[in-house]
Amino acid sequence: MRWQIEVLPRDPSHDSLGTVLTRKMRALGAQQLKRVETARLYLLSGALTRADAERLAAELLADPVSEQASVHEWEHYSGEAPGSVAVFKKQGVMDSVEAGVLRGAASLAVQADSARTGMRYKLTGVPLNHLQNVAETGLANLAIETIQVGNDRFPAARTPAKARHARIEVPLIHSDNAALEALSKRGGLSLSLAEMQVIQAHFAEQDREPSEIELESVAQTWSEHCKHKTLCGDIKYSGAGIGSLPENAQIRNLLSSTIKDATTTLDREFCLSVFHDNAGVIAFEGDWALCMKVETHNHPSAIEPYGGAGTGLGGVIRDILGTGQGAKPVANVDVFCVGDLNMDAADVPKGAMHPRRILRGVVEGVRDYGNQMGIPTVSGGVFFDNRYVGNPLVFAGTVGLLPVNRVRKQVSPGDVILVLGGRTGRDGIHGATFSSRELHDASETADAAAVQIGNAITEKKLVDIVLQARDRDLFTSITDCGAGGFSSAVGEMGENCGARVYLERAPLKYEGLSPTEIWISESQERMVLAVPQDRVQALLDLAKSEDVEAFVLGEFTSTERLELYYGHECLGDISMDFLHNALPRVERSAVWTPPAVETLPLPAADDNTDLLLRLLGSPNIASKEWIIRQYDHEVQAGSVLKPLVGTRQQAPSDAAVVAPLLGSTAGFAIGLGMNPCYGDIDPYGMACAAIDEALRNVVAVGADPDHCAILDNFSWGNCAKSDRLGGLVRAAWACRDAAIALGTPFISGKDSLNNEYRVGNKTIVIPPTLLISALARVPDVRKTVSMDFKAADSAIWLVGMTRDELGGSHFLRLHGMRGNTLPSFDGDVARATFATLHMAIQSGVVRACHDLSEGGLAVALAEMVFAGEIGAEVDLDLVPVTVKCEDDRVLLYSESLTRFLVEVPEAHCARFTKLMAGVPHARIGSTRSEPRLTLRRSSSGRTLVAVEAAVMERAFRAPLPRALEGQERAHA
Amino acid sequence: MPEPRVLILRAAGTNCDAETAHAFATHGATTQVVHVNKLLATPTLLEKVGLVAIPGGFSYGDDIAAGKIFAAEISNTLGDHFRKFIARGGLLLGICNGFQVLVKTGLLTVPDEQGAASPITLHWNDTHRYEARWVYVSVDARLCVMAPKDRVQMQLPVAHGEGKLIGGDARMAKRAVDTHQAVFRYVNQDGTEPSWPANPNGSEGNIAGLCDATGQVLGLMPHPERAMFPWHHPSWTREPERREGDGACFFRAAVAAMR
Repeated sequence: MRWQIEVLPRDPSHDSLGTVLTRKMRALGAQQLKRVETARLYLLSGALTRADAERLAAELLADPVSEQASVHEWEHYSGEAPGSVAVFKKQGVMDSVEAGVLRGAASLAVQADSARTGMRYKLTGVPLNHLQNVAETGLANLAIETIQVGNDRFPAARTPAKARHARIEVPLIHSDNAALEALSKRGGLSLSLAEMQVIQAHFAEQDREPSEIELESVAQTWSEHCKHKTLCGDIKYSGAGIGSLPENAQIRNLLSSTIKDATTTLDREFCLSVFHDNAGVIAFEGDWALCMKVETHNHPSAIEPYGGAGTGLGGVIRDILGTGQGAKPVANVDVFCVGDLNMDAADVPKGAMHPRRILRGVVEGVRDYGNQMGIPTVSGGVFFDNRYVGNPLVFAGTVGLLPVNRVRKQVSPGDVILVLGGRTGRDGIHGATFSSRELHDASETADAAAVQIGNAITEKKLVDIVLQARDRDLFTSITDCGAGGFSSAVGEMGENCGARVYLERAPLKYEGLSPTEIWISESQERMVLAVPQDRVQALLDLAKSEDVEAFVLGEFTSTERLELYYGHECLGDISMDFLHNALPRVERSAVWTPPAVETLPLPAADDNTDLLLRLLGSPNIASKEWIIRQYDHEVQAGSVLKPLVGTRQQAPSDAAVVAPLLGSTAGFAIGLGMNPCYGDIDPYGMACAAIDEALRNVVAVGADPDHCAILDNFSWGNCAKSDRLGGLVRAAWACRDAAIALGTPFISGKDSLNNEYRVGNKTIVIPPTLLISALARVPDVRKTVSMDFKAADSAIWLVGMTRDELGGSHFLRLHGMRGNTLPSFDGDVARATFATLHMAIQSGVVRACHDLSEGGLAVALAEMVFAGEIGAEVDLDLVPVTVKCEDDRVLLYSESLTRFLVEVPEAHCARFTKLMAGVPHARIGSTRSEPRLTLRRSSSGRTLVAVEAAVMERAFRAPLPRALEGQERAHA
Repeated sequence: MPEPRVLILRAAGTNCDAETAHAFATHGATTQVVHVNKLLATPTLLEKVGLVAIPGGFSYGDDIAAGKIFAAEISNTLGDHFRKFIARGGLLLGICNGFQVLVKTGLLTVPDEQGAASPITLHWNDTHRYEARWVYVSVDARLCVMAPKDRVQMQLPVAHGEGKLIGGDARMAKRAVDTHQAVFRYVNQDGTEPSWPANPNGSEGNIAGLCDATGQVLGLMPHPERAMFPWHHPSWTREPERREGDGACFFRAAVAAMR
């Protein structure tokens, strides 16, 4: 019997979801909407009597105080629901609630076979013929869900077609070039003609056709996502030289020549494992090491923001769990790039979602996944630019903690291939190749198979088991199933020995998967382990004790071949050497043409107080508190410096500090640097600035710049086009030059090089975007410094030189201008400044420290004032400059690098200035008890800015809630 | 004097077990973290401990409603064992998700004027959003044996989406306050009646933590285990040095209650 059960609030006052959705939907443009009333729907199948169903409804599904339920026999239920829309997940889309409902039912001694869930929304005020539209605006995503208007009866499930399990041969060895290209396109393989030709030659040599699963294995392994063909390929660069990049350079392997070269050159001993594992590993404290990885999940997030961001985070957490012999995830970070939240709905390109919906979705995705995993989200950022409208960026990063003696992994022939975690379904087929393609206005429907929804609890159980198994020595190697699924995980682990796989053993979510689909499915929450034979049973028992599914997929061999079986039939048998080493090198041309010089005069700044308030409220500077508070940033009890600081946690901290070993005062700091505004002028300068910013962040809070590693994440336009690639070459070269100058090695990175959105004939290219993440040791977290002014009558010192460098600044951006002169980077000065300031902070003379970034000196001072509710009086004529500067706008808003504001009590000033010898610094003013910012020029006697802390705080905190909720909430 | 032994009960999705165990251990308790499957197989584990703590997290993903499935499992299969445990003087503590579980098991209720069971629940926050922030709570330690006797007000973090305590009848909150079952209540810093966000969820009677009529079963939304070290406080870098966080006195009192 099948029972449809609806659960609805007993009283409208209990429908908080309805209230919030009403506000959200109106903010998304559904102006006629008066009210949303919600109901949860369940469909339970199995040998259930009506009494069983009613008992489940009353005792499990409905809350006895706030909800009521009604039970319908599904076969005879009409489902009429006038004025309502019902939303159901498409068949095959993860429904995480099912497992819980079945477990709860079992505790009531009711055996249900399956459970489905749905939602019903009654929409008051919306004309009937608009219900579908409104639902599509924000109640359902057609990529994963179906909408029923006026009827809430669960749609009947389709019986999946039987899959063919036999070997499928692909005729290829006699094909001409056109046929090869057509085959690649038709199969969604994303392989170039040159690559198809290499494959053709390989099989022609063996005088046989490849099987479908062999061809797919090659396509997955050779995908841009897995092999980084552009970054690792050869590049002919035409353009001016800069730093150590020669003019018109011929580059063999850009990654090895730049980012990896810096790490090799520096050869820092705290680097324990770099570039070859799932994350980079550095020494931490005693027997402990830290690892970090940052991933992008851009294209899935464009199509399904919630699922895309959630699975992006889930994926990077598994990278950490799959580093060495398994690291414990201890902190998450996330950065989003989206279009302007106040964009007119008519300006959103066809097929793309409004930035408000994207941002809400990705925030909720990270929130639900990260919070449920019990990993604190300690840092992040959002960058707004309309060029991200069709192709938003989602960066998710995780830091892990692992014992030093677990950094190395080992696969031996004879080890069992054991899979732990979720079941395999048709999720995310071709995700690896999809992420390497351009998005277009039909992506939302065409690529739905590549979208998936995560199940955080499945992954949490996985983490619990893996860490116990590691500590009991039950396996010797581990990796996650990411892009490419089993094919990538097994292919990589068995690269140096060989592997034999029996695909019929994989537990499936549902019937009907072909062996090839099982092999390349990207179903979430799975890990692959190499387990010595004598420990297999112990591991299976451990998994069973906590309800984690585990099975033996095959074994590692010494054949140096990848052998794929379904039952007794061999579907594929391919050389590991060919799979991993035969990829033809790509040569691409890169051209750099500097942007035209902007000749407009600088905008006048008559009223600097007003300008400062506008800067504080501009999207890229304004508070992200609305987002931050939805993330658990304190679980695991390690957070020392949280994302919000100040008297009432009203201000952003420069970096997060975490002490992950309970009872120990050793910690780490995470800093993030990114400024796409600079990329439009020169990606070289942009990359230097991003590295400087990430380092500034960690130094400002007390981390050791000499025990610091960085990670790169490039998100770029289509790098098959030479102009995009020209900028990438310059940015990568800057990474090399800046890292070497600072003595700061790269330990890991990731690139996403096809971020464009095509509507008709028009292509929107994202601005060059480089995220730099810094992971640095904090020797003693008790010496951590925050950015809020602490007391009246302290000295305010400005460290670093201010120059006329307004290019790419937020001051110009506010006026719709770009400018020409980027902040310049001097590696020697930066290294000395970071080391010296670190010493000063460790000596205890610094009460507050804040780095200068977006908005320059004016914004940094404003933030310190309203964070501490302590005033400041500053004389701009005291600002250290290289060239005498008459222009107030330069002193106030220039974003010159390597600068900090430092609060030092009067009594410690002599010591501070002695410690800072050799580094440009000057006292520019004092703190005051009256919470007010005053900026003057003593030379002319003019007051440029005079404003109360409360006014600045309001300007800073109001914009995001206003944009997302359509109203301003009271402040905390 | 018996050795204070604490059993930390976890299920799929529990995620505050390590820091909760650490907090108890810091104050002299012997702790063991036990998966619910093990307790289901061996309910006699309860006989060996003085306190069972259900920590924070998202048990079974908080599917259906927060804590609901874990609660169904406890009340339907372990209910009698827990009732026996309480009858012989055992202490039962639920923090955040643990509080949600206890409320939904029916082991933690606010009886009506006649002493009969009256349903309560922890509903969605008024914002219908998960929110993390620090709050002030007042302490009424007259009934609950685990509550700290030496504090009238504490500052602790909350981090939840479903923390609004509501009763099946309008008098629930007043009864809980009158009978001293309302152990922790949200207040402004100066002790006055709060509105959002000082009361982060709209809880009736501003109730943040509740004990049963015996004073042996306690649930609270705030996380004392995240307020142990001096540097846990969100503005510790600007305040006079403190010896410990406000959560420390909570665990000291809970361990003392077992002695």
